[in-house]
Amino acid sequence: MTLSEVTKIDGKAGNFTVNVKESPRYVDMEKCIACGACTEKCPKKVDSEYDAATGKRKAIYVKYAQAVPLKYQIDPDACIRLQKPGACGFCEKVCDAGAINFNDTEKMHQLNVGAVILAPGFEAYDPTDAGVWGYGVYPNVITSLQLERYLSASGPTEGHLIRPSDGKPVNKVAFLQCVGSRDENLCNNGYCSSVCCMYAIKEAVIAKDHAPGLQTSIFYMDMRTHGKEFDLYMQRAKEDSGVRFVRCRVNGVEPDGSGGDLRLSYVNEEGRQLEEFYDMVVLSVGLQTPKHVLELAHTADIKLTADNFAATSDFAPVQTSREGIFTCGAIAGPKDIPQSVVEGSAAAAAVADLLSPARFELTTEPTFPKERDVSGEEPRIGIFVCHCGSNIAGIVDVKAVDEYAATLPDVVYVERNLFSCSQDTQEMIVKRIQEQKLNRIVIAACTPRTHEPLFRETLKAAGLNEYLMEMANIRNHNSWVHTDNPKAATAKAKDLVRMAAAKVTYGDSLKPISVPITQKALVIGGGVAGMTAGLNLAEQGFEVHLVEQTDILGGNALNLKHTWAGEHVPTQVAKLVDKLVCNDKIIIHKESTVTGVEGFVGNFRSTITGKDGLTKVIEHGAGIVATGGDAYTPTEYNYNSITGVVTSVQFDKLFELKEAHVRRARRFVFIQCVGSREEGSMYCSKVCCTHSVQSAIALKKENPERNVYILYRDMRTYAQREALYKQARKLGVIFINYELHGKPKVTENGLVIDVEVWDHVLHRPLKIEADMVILAVAIRPKADAAELGKLYKVPVDGQGFFQEAHAKLRPVDFSTDGMFVAGLAHYPKPIEESVAQALAAAARAATLLSKSHVYLDAVKAAVDERYCDGCALCVDVCPYHAITLVDKPAKDGQAAGKVIVVNKAQCKGCGLCQGTCPKRGVYVSGFTMKQISAQIQAALAV
Amino acid sequence: MSFEPKIVAFCCNWCSYAAADLAGTARMQYPHNVRIIRVMCSGMVHPEFIMDALSQGADGVMVLG
Repeated sequence: MTLSEVTKIDGKAGNFTVNVKESPRYVDMEKCIACGACTEKCPKKVDSEYDAATGKRKAIYVKYAQAVPLKYQIDPDACIRLQKPGACGFCEKVCDAGAINFNDTEKMHQLNVGAVILAPGFEAYDPTDAGVWGYGVYPNVITSLQLERYLSASGPTEGHLIRPSDGKPVNKVAFLQCVGSRDENLCNNGYCSSVCCMYAIKEAVIAKDHAPGLQTSIFYMDMRTHGKEFDLYMQRAKEDSGVRFVRCRVNGVEPDGSGGDLRLSYVNEEGRQLEEFYDMVVLSVGLQTPKHVLELAHTADIKLTADNFAATSDFAPVQTSREGIFTCGAIAGPKDIPQSVVEGSAAAAAVADLLSPARFELTTEPTFPKERDVSGEEPRIGIFVCHCGSNIAGIVDVKAVDEYAATLPDVVYVERNLFSCSQDTQEMIVKRIQEQKLNRIVIAACTPRTHEPLFRETLKAAGLNEYLMEMANIRNHNSWVHTDNPKAATAKAKDLVRMAAAKVTYGDSLKPISVPITQKALVIGGGVAGMTAGLNLAEQGFEVHLVEQTDILGGNALNLKHTWAGEHVPTQVAKLVDKLVCNDKIIIHKESTVTGVEGFVGNFRSTITGKDGLTKVIEHGAGIVATGGDAYTPTEYNYNSITGVVTSVQFDKLFELKEAHVRRARRFVFIQCVGSREEGSMYCSKVCCTHSVQSAIALKKENPERNVYILYRDMRTYAQREALYKQARKLGVIFINYELHGKPKVTENGLVIDVEVWDHVLHRPLKIEADMVILAVAIRPKADAAELGKLYKVPVDGQGFFQEAHAKLRPVDFSTDGMFVAGLAHYPKPIEESVAQALAAAARAATLLSKSHVYLDAVKAAVDERYCDGCALCVDVCPYHAITLVDKPAKDGQAAGKVIVVNKAQCKGCGLCQGTCPKRGVYVSGFTMKQISAQIQAALAV
Repeated sequence: MSFEPKIVAFCCNWCSYAAADLAGTARMQYPHNVRIIRVMCSGMVHPEFIMDALSQGADGVMVLG
């Protein structure tokens, strides 16, 4: 339901009544084929929202090329016809599909649902009203979103970086950070938007790639690149790409002369007032909750934080204040793509828990007629040539293609359709297949990437194997890209049809692969992440085996007192342990480790070994790695020799116990980034800035007379944690910035500890006499992570943390199917992010475990035993570890050599094996050597 | 008549084939003498295919992935 908004949510968890108002689209989604003829003819141009007003769109439009659903819509405020009845109406005239409906009206829907997920996102801060940056006044001051469009190949300048004012190439660009973030004077957004540092670096690097010689400077307060591999990226930006970083707050942007150049004035770290000149200034705008989302929050009756984000608990990060209503993404605080994707899955897990009794209640299975066996038949090819309205037929001479197709070998039937994908044509194709006894089908139409599934269903409905079909892409790859040359396009269409016919001639009936699933999960690690994932799966109804190395559940959280939002960790962990122990679906294996693994997705057999050396084999369909991390044991800052130098974890304990040394101490120095963000461990441990700030606040609150110093490199109290940083400054905590090359020196001086650090404000070395020095130590990966990784064939990254399948799109999946990751094992993170990730991993595992079998596409590698001589070249190249080398059954008592076996459940059909095999011993069904060779031959036949 | 090279392009279903689809959606015009063969990964392209194409008259072969 697009163009729709929720107007009312009544009822309670498990049984909500939701009113939805659907605004008119004025385009019939069933009929629109997104050909774009309407938009071409539409005479009305307005600013494109997608291009952040750097370009124009028409009144009838799709938001962007990859929009889902890919259907046009009319903007009623811009449309001439809708504004003035009787006028214009060009789109209606050119739409061959008859999809335009000017009489479309608003519709009201009432839905009965068990749970609601709020995922409305954010809006970028609009800097127009703030004035100081000259946005909206000087054309060469743009926002980061606008720069994104200028750098995009599909943007207004096709990726060329030019100045909006005069189209001149840009030589010097400045990025101003924290525009609309960490700023209560100009915009009342006190929080950090969390993502802008990283995107500014990315834009600077990409801009330099686009315009060689471009100078880029990023003006910032703290670089907050706290995500996985972000610090490495920043280092590369600095050292390899030459992006310049300047720590300061720019006072304002002024024009320099009348030529469009811009002047920035700022005070540098040495306290000098400086001026610099730029062609273009990019404002790194922050994220905020839009007004309509505030209204939605009101409608949903959920609580918001002081920063206007949905209020959630750190131990239930996707649960709002109203039971049954969940969130994901930026509605619950500014966050980046990986975290939003994680929360998307986490919300699904939370809903699955709530609604598990109703699972599959509304599911219906389609039925198909029995498949005809065509293996003994000669090929009888049917070709259907689509006009796609005028999209193909307007350029390509489809009649000529039709006539040509009829002359191809084995072709017994050819037909043309106005729209091959329409319901009536589908039914007609079914009829023709049956009438004409067709056993191979070519659809000459659009792209298989969108339409192959549809036509496969058509074949199934006709009782023909769905793989006996090939599409010739005569629209996207032909009529749309050769509009100026109909003759050549027609010739190419014939070639494409000939190629498809040649390939399908050698096509075989393929059976989809069915893999049985053991509907149980194995969770490795009994910390917060492991327990959360295990509990969620158990509450969804699955049996869970939880393996914990130590004799106690809780993991690193046992060392923590409060989350950043102030929730009491021991209480929450105790609750979690209770729930886990009381759940009879969960079997806990303490003092055990995984020592052996066999099998694959849906069918793992893991061997666990207990302290007593006894082993057990656990069968499971999916596995979650939540083995956690360790606190770094420092060797620096005389940690080993001075008693008053302690780690943050030790300090928490001492502080909690009101130990005499802490009680009496007057002067505390926190040193950040101990073991983080330096050579050999170039990553941010993410939690330490907030942790130290919290400790500093507690010290100050207990006794305001204490002197508390925090020596930091970049204060990374990201997102809404910024409020803590502000509170600490208000309480008089002194923050002193140091650089990696000028680390503080810690020495014992009788009863006091001397801490020497360069003071950037005073421009001189500063000596602090301290009673206690607290080292904010890094989070390290588990030493045995790589070993466990090897067992499950899942990788660790350069630092030793587990490597997910895709940083953004598959943040909790491993590239090995059926295995997932959560918590510190993946990367350092605070509790609420571990919990969200654990829920996400549970949701991903449940997509497998909820079925007794999974059906996989039949495009998989297969062995041709006549040719395979067991050379095993393919075994090494297979990225999915799907191929194994086995002994052939012995013949006459003689060893018969080796042969490969493909595990279809693990195979993704990529064909690296086929590309590597020198003997034609392995092939991919649906893309065999014979089929592709036939296609090549056909391509070059004329 | 001027020389018109024949080009065979092997395109990965997940990237370059999709990109060629998008070029169509964006109505980007390009020369018509390329014939695209869809593969499930550019790694699937056996060296023999490239030899086949060249020996059968292709003037150029692209493997895009």
